[in-house]
Amino acid sequence: MAVMNIREAILRTLHEEMERDPDILVLGEDIVGGNGTAGGPEAIGGIWGTTTGLWEKFGPNRVIDTPISESAIVGAAAGAALAGKRPVAELMFADFVGVSLDQLWNQMAKFRYMFGGKTKCPAVVRMVYGAGMQTAAQHSQSVYALLTAMPGLKVVLPTTPADAKGLLTEALRGDDPVMFFEHKALYGVKGEVPDGEYRIPFGQARMVREGGDVTVVACGRMVNFAEKAADKLAAEGIGMDLIDLRTTSPMDEDAILDSVEQTGRLVVVDESPPRCSLAADIAALVSTRAFTSLKAPPEMVTGPHAPIPFSRVLERAWLPSPQTIEGAVRRTLAFR
Amino acid sequence: MLQLGHDALLGAYRRMSTIRAFEERLHDEIKTGEIAGFTHLYAGQEAVAVGICDQLTVEDKIVSTHRGHGHCIAKGCDVKGMMLEIYGRAAGLCKGRGGSMHIADLDVGMLGANGIVGGGAPQAVGAALAAKMDGKGRVGITFSGDGACNQGTTFEAMNLAVVTKAPAIFVFENNHYSEHTGFQYAVGTAQDIASRAEAFGMKAWRANGCDFFDTYETFRELLDYVRAGHGPAAIELDTERFYGHFEGDPQRYRGPGELDRIREKRDCLKAFRTTVTEAGLLTGAELDAVDAEVLALIDEAVAEARAAADPDPATVADDVYAEYY
Repeated sequence: MAVMNIREAILRTLHEEMERDPDILVLGEDIVGGNGTAGGPEAIGGIWGTTTGLWEKFGPNRVIDTPISESAIVGAAAGAALAGKRPVAELMFADFVGVSLDQLWNQMAKFRYMFGGKTKCPAVVRMVYGAGMQTAAQHSQSVYALLTAMPGLKVVLPTTPADAKGLLTEALRGDDPVMFFEHKALYGVKGEVPDGEYRIPFGQARMVREGGDVTVVACGRMVNFAEKAADKLAAEGIGMDLIDLRTTSPMDEDAILDSVEQTGRLVVVDESPPRCSLAADIAALVSTRAFTSLKAPPEMVTGPHAPIPFSRVLERAWLPSPQTIEGAVRRTLAFR
Repeated sequence: MLQLGHDALLGAYRRMSTIRAFEERLHDEIKTGEIAGFTHLYAGQEAVAVGICDQLTVEDKIVSTHRGHGHCIAKGCDVKGMMLEIYGRAAGLCKGRGGSMHIADLDVGMLGANGIVGGGAPQAVGAALAAKMDGKGRVGITFSGDGACNQGTTFEAMNLAVVTKAPAIFVFENNHYSEHTGFQYAVGTAQDIASRAEAFGMKAWRANGCDFFDTYETFRELLDYVRAGHGPAAIELDTERFYGHFEGDPQRYRGPGELDRIREKRDCLKAFRTTVTEAGLLTGAELDAVDAEVLALIDEAVAEARAAADPDPATVADDVYAEYY
């Protein structure tokens, strides 16, 4: 075990996997950073620090600094994957999915099915997401629900450094397109990471806490917020089953249903607007599959049906928080 | 022309004739109502697909368009498997899940037709970057029309290919119509697509896409250039679409007598026949024999496709993922 943060866990995993598998290439804007400047290549070393040193070690054929061309970045990853490689494309911000959406949802996601199951498209698209740093409406969104809704894509959201390593390794060893979400406010989160090969199967949620009174389902940074709420409630003797989904496609439905069957109360925390959201999806799952277990209506803790604002005060008002999660837990427990 | 021997010439003619017969037969069969969905016929452009794909290996990858039957046949997709697919049958090349617009066969380097105009260009650059990693002189090719040349994906792909010196080839088949809109209206650099590629910083060639030999020889020069590691290149081929944008298109945009004129003056199969028979390279009887064999093959393909089984509805959600689902 070594202690490191999520940023380092991702960087080390990319280094190790690229050493292991010569078919892996990475591409994206400023993943090297400095090409064509007086500072020279690696002047930046990757804008997020998650690709530092790859260019020097693996060379320009496998570490490709691209122009700002998201359709071409994702499309080239799709084509390289069809041609037998294992590309890792980076979108500097998950919000830029909009620019490249066709190459994800009409192309990459559908190749295998459209072509009769004979093809594989082992592409990983890493993207940086999430609010809380005043990056405003076009650099803060959590678009995982959009991509979770697309058959053919897998969607992964690590919350700890160990999960970042285990899930990224699994993504790089698999044969399907994986949307890998990295929360910009979680990069500095530290934790122990297993040495050597470490893979976490997709579709297996992490039970963060087992408290028995209420089931809280979250992913990404919302898991951390829910833990804060759990600490406060625990002091009053209220126990939370906290489920970190880790992957929303595939999703560990059994973990959610098993817990709700015990607690009878569900709170879903989702860093996105409420309509057609992951929160709505899970509320529907539980309402249809565990209806008789429910003792209270499912509670959805989400942002409002509004873009993410810039102002510190407004952004805080937009985001779910430990306090709003706590409030939802209290409401569901008070329901009679 | 002289660099091609007897068998190569006859093979090229067989592939062009197969595409023509395949498309003409589809044109008739669609009227029966047995083939549903959107079908975009490639007839008229055969010299482009065959003039290019005849010079590729299975290791070279192509990405095609919605008008993709010709590229599929030229690259080596099984004709009966294609017909089964277009009829939506379980035994089709894509198990009936793709249909006319989504035929692919990765075993022959055909990475897929594409229902999104301009969707394939970045993918061909990706295939080219993969080829560059392998360092064996292989290439990635995108076929695009004069419609796709206006898509941002095509621009992004051309620039990315130049920046990365990828062995990518942009084949622009200018049939003068992007769906129902004229090339001279829709392409701002009127009269020319190749100059647009040149503006992105790559070398571009131009050829008569209704002339197999001009297409073949011009592309030979381009292919040698790209295989030698000079980075991407483009070729614009002036060609003709004998049918509408899709089957059922009333083609009210055509001028009086236009279709008769292009079939008379710009039929690449007729031109091929005239050239090779006048030069004494092949005889009319040899070509007639090929045509007869091709028609028999298409007859069989249609008969088998009509009789073939539909997919099992229980498989509707199979093959979405390789793992976990």
